Parts: sequence; structure tokens; C-alpha cells
Amino acid sequence: MTRVSTVLVDPVVVGEYLIVHAGLAITRLDVEEAEKTLALFAEIAARYQDAGVALHPRLS
Amino acid sequence: MRYIRAFRDGATAAALAKRIAAAADPAREYHLMEFCGGHTHAIFHYGVENFLPPNVRLVHGPGCPVCVLATPRLDAAITLAERPNVTLLSYGDMLRVPAAKGRNLLKARAQGADVRMVYSALEAVAVATVNPDRQVVFFAIGFETTTPATAHLILEAQRLGLHNLTVYCNHVVTPAALKSILDAPAVRQWESVRIDGFIGPSHVSAVIGSLPYEAFAAAYAKPVVIAGFEPLDVMQAVDMLVRQLNEGRASVENQFTRGVTRDGNRTAQALIAEVFELRPDFEWRGLGSLANGGVAIKAKYAAFDAERRFAVETIASRENAACQCPSIIRGVKKPMDCSIFGTVCTPRNPIGSCMVSAEGVCAAYYKYRRRELATTGEP
Repeated sequence: MTRVSTVLVDPVVVGEYLIVHAGLAITRLDVEEAEKTLALFAEIAARYQDAGVALHPRLS
Repeated sequence: MRYIRAFRDGATAAALAKRIAAAADPAREYHLMEFCGGHTHAIFHYGVENFLPPNVRLVHGPGCPVCVLATPRLDAAITLAERPNVTLLSYGDMLRVPAAKGRNLLKARAQGADVRMVYSALEAVAVATVNPDRQVVFFAIGFETTTPATAHLILEAQRLGLHNLTVYCNHVVTPAALKSILDAPAVRQWESVRIDGFIGPSHVSAVIGSLPYEAFAAAYAKPVVIAGFEPLDVMQAVDMLVRQLNEGRASVENQFTRGVTRDGNRTAQALIAEVFELRPDFEWRGLGSLANGGVAIKAKYAAFDAERRFAVETIASRENAACQCPSIIRGVKKPMDCSIFGTVCTPRNPIGSCMVSAEGVCAAYYKYRRRELATTGEP
């Protein structure tokens, strides 16, 4: 088990996500922003899935 | 894992690869430096470079905490650890970094020095408390990600009256380093390295925010995109940089919005400002002396400063002449250009600091691309 100090992000409530670096939570993970980024990824995935873009030979 | 695994999805990576390939102008080249060793690690671990068109190149930067600690300061830490009454606490990565004359902290420990590995700076409180007759020294290294923890440790030591606990402070500063990369006389030879834009660090920026990069991006006309540590984060940042360069812009953009704000973590910044002050200049391994390149403990916390308590001396030393780490962390050379890479210098027996930590460029090449290099002979 790892002990993590929350001194930089207090007060913390159960259910929140924290970004931890060397034993200290350095910031709170913003769930709303994470979902926005993932929604953008889903949009990109849908748009480029069948796009006829030639990738580098290594990838095709 | 909810917000980790989703940022490693292969199908999305393929789509992002296509989006980058569609945006990249085949008539030009894009040389993008990832400053941070955390990104270097992610790029190699997930093979991000294989997803990029050949004219979009990643230049690996100096942001590996153990790689840039100047050798004389590591020598001084070893000398400190060898004092009979001192217990030296260090992050694990630091233990095997080669110092002068082939020494390192692990060997010092084998010879009887009391060197202990810690995961967090705050563990020093417990060690100092249960060993009141030992002088406990925390060997503090790293960028703004670990600096707040050290500041907190010093304030805790004061609050608890731990008079046997001191800090040997070697913290370095990211914006100063970025600036120096592009303008210090010592790095003019960087002109042989082209850098069109920067992938900005994630955890450092979580602390300092995106604001400190704005003056830099404007003054040097280089775009900066702060990115998270997962492979899709890096790829999206590359896409954003390619688009900025196509449009002739040089702005600070934030891909890692889930962890970084413009202002950063104010509590952490206040802690740093309370305990530390900028050094006029600070020596970096491989980069030379950088103006405002590091921080020192303020005079009001002198009681917790190992440099003052033990009158630590740093003595200039010579690096192994064959080691190319200085050129490698500046992006001038690749590990394969080094005659001792993978033969004399390996992760088991590192000669240069880049071969030690998972964030070091040589260690990453050795772990992930050595076989490929052996078969094709190409980078």
C-alpha cells in the first residue's frame, strides 16, 4: 500500500480522482475535462476510421 | 484505471495517426521536442514514433530528473552519505547514477554508508523521528513536480522540531531550462538541432500551470502544447503542434486539460515560494550552467539546509570521455552515435546518466529499440 499526502489538493472527497507524483497528489483529475477529451477522441476515431489516408508503410 | 486505459486505445491511435498524416505537409519537416522524460518513456513504451509520418520527428529532451543532476553535486551527496553519523535518503532512480570515478550511491552503501531509498520525500519525517541520534539528509532532486513535496517536508520538520533532518536541495526549474535550450551560449551548438515546437510536460505543468510558457512561446516564436503522459495524449499534442505550425502560430495550448489549468496548483506554488528562492545560476549535467536553473533553500529555513549544516563542497570532476549523454540530452546525437552504447554502457552498468532511469533516452533506446537497431542498423 502506498501512502499519499493530499496536502496540495485538500479538501478531497471520496470518489474524486487525484494525479499522484512521488507520494503527493499534485492535482485533482478533472473528470468533466477527461470526458470531453475522450468524446473528442471518439469523434476523431469515427471520422478517420475509414478515411483513405495513406499511412507510413510501417503501419500498413 | 477509468481515466488511464481509455487514453491507450489502439483504434483511436490509428485514427489519430491518420489525422496527423492528413495534416502534415509532405513538403516540410516538423521537429518536435518532448521536454519531459515521462513523455520520452511513453513514446518508446507505446511505439508512438511508429504512428507518425516520416517528416514528423520527435527530438528527445533533457527532462529526466536524474539525468541532469550535475556530477559534482552527486559526488557531494556520496561524500555526505559517507559521514559516519549521516543517513542519506534518496529517490530510487538516483542510486545507480554514475558519479565521478565510477562511484554511485549504491556502491557507497555496499561500503557501509547508510543510504536508504524512499518513494516520497515525506518518509524522511518518520526516519528522522525514529533515529534521533542520526543526521538524516534528504537528497532532493527533480523538477517542479517534486519541489512542493520537499517544501512540505521542510515545513513539517520545522513544525515537529526535527533538528536532525536536513535537505540537500538540487531542485531544477523547467521554464528556465526551456529558455536556455534556445538561447544560452552554451547551447548554441543546438543550432545543429532543429526544434520547431515543444510538447510541454504534464506533471510539471499541473503544478506551475500553462501560464509560465506563454512568454516563452511568444518570445521564441515556438508553439508549446502541454500533453498528458498517455500515448493518445502525446499523439493529440503532435496533431495540435502540426496544425499550429501549418497556420504559422506559436501559442501555448493545453491538451492535458484534465490535469492542467492556466494557473496550476496555487497551494503548491505558495509552498515552493515560501521555502525556496531561485539560484542565479545552477549547473545541469550535460547542459552547463543555466541562469535561474535551480532553487535553493531560503535563509529563514537555513537550519534545514544540508549545504549549510555540513558545509557541502562541490569539486569539478571529469565525465567519461566516451559518454555522449550531454549531446544526447540536447538532441544533437542519438544513442547509436555513442561508441559505448549497449556494449560498455548498459542499464546494468550505466556509464552515463541517460542509461539509468526509465526516463533516460539511452535506457529507452536500449530497452525498446535495441533489437530493431541490430537488425536494420537504422534509428
